[in-house]
Parts: sequence; structure tokens; C-alpha cells
Amino acid sequence: MKAVKKFLGLIWMVLGPMAMTFLFIQAIEKVGLTHTDIERTNTILQWGIILFIFFPISLGLMIFGFYAWKGEYDQLPESSEEI
Amino acid sequence: MSEIIPKNNIFKVIGASSLGTLIEWYDFYIFGSLAVIIGHQLFPEDAGASALINTLAIFAAGFIVRPFGALVFGRLGDLIGRKYTFLLTLVLMGGSTFLIGLIPSYKTIGYAAPILVLILRLIQGLALGGEYGGAATYVAEHAPKNRRGFFTSWIQTTATLGLFLSLGVIVITKNILGAEAFGNWGWRIPFLLSIVLVVVSIYIRMKMHESPMFSKLKSEGKISKNPLKESFSQKANFKMVLLALFGATMGQGVIWYTGQFYAQSFLENTCKLDFNDSRYILLWGIAFATPFFVVFGSWSDKVGRKWIMLTGMLLGIVFYRPIYQIFLNDTDTSKMDLTGAVYMAPKVKHEVIPGTPDSLYTSTTKVTLKNGASFNKIQVDTLSLKNGLLPAKEIIKDKVLPTATFWKFVGLIFFQILLVTMVYGPIAAFLVELFPTKIRYTSMSLPYHIGNGVFGGLVPFIATLIASFAGSTPLSGLWYPIGIATLSLVIGTIYLSNKRDENIND
Repeated sequence: MKAVKKFLGLIWMVLGPMAMTFLFIQAIEKVGLTHTDIERTNTILQWGIILFIFFPISLGLMIFGFYAWKGEYDQLPESSEEI
Repeated sequence: MSEIIPKNNIFKVIGASSLGTLIEWYDFYIFGSLAVIIGHQLFPEDAGASALINTLAIFAAGFIVRPFGALVFGRLGDLIGRKYTFLLTLVLMGGSTFLIGLIPSYKTIGYAAPILVLILRLIQGLALGGEYGGAATYVAEHAPKNRRGFFTSWIQTTATLGLFLSLGVIVITKNILGAEAFGNWGWRIPFLLSIVLVVVSIYIRMKMHESPMFSKLKSEGKISKNPLKESFSQKANFKMVLLALFGATMGQGVIWYTGQFYAQSFLENTCKLDFNDSRYILLWGIAFATPFFVVFGSWSDKVGRKWIMLTGMLLGIVFYRPIYQIFLNDTDTSKMDLTGAVYMAPKVKHEVIPGTPDSLYTSTTKVTLKNGASFNKIQVDTLSLKNGLLPAKEIIKDKVLPTATFWKFVGLIFFQILLVTMVYGPIAAFLVELFPTKIRYTSMSLPYHIGNGVFGGLVPFIATLIASFAGSTPLSGLWYPIGIATLSLVIGTIYLSNKRDENIND
């Protein structure tokens, strides 16, 4: 199980920036598809919000993956006293 | 310490905490439920769709500031205590809800109206971010160690009951006043009513005592000096915050919002169900499923929290698409047997398009089927001075379901909310047991509000966005909650432990 946790850690580390890149490409594509100024403003607003909030989250997923790869989750604390 | 608290006292603690939290949820939901009307009343008239999008953006902003509220009030709760912090969040939430009901329309005060809505909505989100962690921590710190899941699950019912209350108040107000009066001014009543509920709740909460565990820490001088720093800069704690987010609250958030919000939005906007029908279905589903929060919370005291929550996610992943396909099939009027259907005489409305010599002719025909189902067939034709009559596509809306289908839909919504009770019932106890008392409020609030506020709260928004992509189907939006729940299920299965930390008095 420790090997699985470690290996998946690499996947979470890659998944963070991949998700962010996918969202960024989607944002550019959707803004490019707009026809009017109002439509463009709305699309930029929507995707701006999404990118803004998902950036720190995808960074968090990378850190989570890094911890998993380093074996930080091999043995979880049995009680909050260990934290 | 928690073991010496008499049983009647713990129920007083639960009652006082739950009532306040329920009111906060009620306040938060009425805005979402009335977003379209608020868009018409308080936003610029020149673009109806734009008004709705603006409102949705504010809706999202309401959710985005929730994690920020979790940090602000979580820190405060770990510094000055649980009691005064969640008293403050209640005052902020109640006050801003009441004030939304008083904002004059866009016609009266112009752009000040949407700006005021935005500010008050942000305050609502901030207050909600601080409320839940306080209430869950407060109850858990009073509960006996072997019944923590059971007692905190009462707090978990409040989010669903708050939705129930908000839908109920809206439906009753609309039915009493009629659709037109409700759209003009009646929508303000659910907002104004909030002040009465909040005053009662503040009175009850004022009489409560501080959490015994926090009081003990304080008397021993052991409270945290900097809860934010201790929560997020110490690796031992921060790694648990990340695990709680990605392995539990992220999946729980999308299951919760899909079952309770996306379902109703899908029935009303995609299936074109009647306003009342879509709400009645949800109300019945909630009424039948709500007791299961306590059932699963209590069960988690015996078998652990992990597998109950993860089973809820798995069932959502497997059954969402089949359920929503049934919703689509059963409301598809092209598949309905129209033999013997009664067509009422059409109601015709004529409107001149402002600034042009052209006119719009709207013809609405009510069709009632033999099995009791009905719908409105609406045709909007443009009479153009240049091009003559331009017939438009027919729109079918306001569908009322036959009794058997209605109850079938109630069953499908009940099942979705049952999944909500599985993922949500044990989560407060799960989060409380993960972190030490001195930084508990801060540490548990952030993953909860990112999971629910960001991942969950954006389900309708992102699902609607995905459904608008080229080549998408009405079910495409479901890939967002399914994908997030799958990720959380995998992480939770592999990394989470099913062991409970019985001693949270540390």
C-alpha cells in the first residue's frame, strides 16, 4: 500500500498543473468564441473567477502529491496529540 | 470533560447551535432560489440574460468568500472562543439578509442596487464561512466521545432543513400573493422575515456557555497565539488539512450540491418543469431523507466515518447519469401520448418592440393530457414591418407531471439526498477528530468551506457552463460532480484512515 500511495503522489503532483492548464486553455477558447462585448465581458468574468479560485487549489493538490510521494501519509497520526 | 455533561444539557446545546445554523442556511439559500427575480428587479433591464449571469456571478462570489470567512472567523473562534464568534456570524448574516430585502429596485436607485446586493452577498458568504465550523466544534466539544457522530449529525441536518425552510417560505408566499405580486415586491418577504428568526436565535445563543474544552485551554493559558500559522505552516497539521479536503470534503461537496441544487435547477431549467412542481418534488425528497443524517451520523460512531462517506460518493458516481436520463425521458413531451389531449383556447399577448416599428405576438396554449399531465405551449412570432410575419420556434414549459411520475421523481430525489446524508452526516465528527482543540475551528473550517463552497457551490455554475459547450448533451454537466467525486473517492480510499480519535480533549 505504501508503494501505491507513493506512486499516486506523482500523479497528484502532475494532475494539479494539468488541471490548471486545461482550465486556462478552455478559458482562452471560450473567450475567443464570443461575438459581442457584453458576451466577452461575461465569459471573461466567469472564467476569471474559475481560474482565480482553482489556482491555489491545484497548488494544494501538488503539495498533497509531494507529501504522499515523500511518505508523509504512510502512517497517519492516531490522535490529534501527534499533530 | 465532555462525559460529565447531562443529557438534557447536550440537547440544549444542540438545539441552540442548530437553530442558528439553520437560519444562516435559510438566509443563504433564499438568495440563490430567488436569483432570477433579483436579477430582474435589482439589475439593469437592458439585458435579461446578462442580469441572470451577473446574479450567478454574485452567487459564485458568495461561495468564493466562504473559505475566506472560514479563515477570518476560524482564527477568531480559536482566539476568543466559539460562543462569541458564531454569535457574530449570526448577526452579520441576519443583518445582511434583512437589508437585501430593503434594497430599492434598479429603476429607483440605478447601479447602487446591484452594488449593494454584491456587498451584502459578500457579507453573507463571509458569515456562513464562520458559522459552520463554530457550531460543529461547539457541539462536538460537548458530546460524549462514543456519540460524537450522532450529536454532530443534528448540526448536519440544518443545511438541508434550511433549504427546506427557504423553499417552503418562497412557495407559500408566492401562492398567497400570486406570481405577479411576488415578482414585483413579494420576493422581499422571505428576506425580511429573516430578522425575526435571527433575533430569536441570538437570544437563545446569548444564554449559552463557552465550550468546556476551549474554557479549559483558556484557563490553562494554552490557547493558540496564531491559529492560522499553526494550522497551515506546520506540516503535520497542513498535510491533514489537505487530506481532509481532497479525500473527503471535495467529494462530499459535489454530492451535496448535485442532490440538493443541481437536481432542482435541472428539473426547472432543462426539463422545463413547473415552478411549484420542481420545488414540491425537492421538498418531499428532503422531508423523507433528512432523518438519515442522524442515522448515518450515529452509525459512524459504531463502524467509523470513512466508508459511509465514501460509499455515498461511489453511489453518486454510478447512478447520477441514469437518474438524470430518467428525468429527461419522462418529461419529453414528444414521447407523451397526446391522444385525447385537451387544448385550451390560446392566450395571445401583443407587445411593440421598443424603438422599432415591429411587434411580438405571444400565444400561450395550455395542453392537458388524459393522464393528468399538462404543459404550456408558447409561440412567439415577430411581426416585422420589413419582412412580414417571422414565425418562431415553439417553446414547451411549465410542465406538470402525472401523479405516478411525480412520485417517481420524488423517489429519485430522495435517493440523491440519501447519498447526501451518507457523505454529510458523519463529516463534522470526522473533521473535529482530525485536529487539536487549540486550532480546531480554523483547521476544520477551511477544508470544509473549500470542499463545499468552491467545489460544491460551483456545481450549478460549472455544470451549466459544460452543458453549453459545442457537442454537449443536457447530461454533460454531470461530468463535473462525477469527476470530482471519483477523485475524492480514490484519494479517500487509499489515504484516509477509518480509525476514530476518541480523545479530542487535547
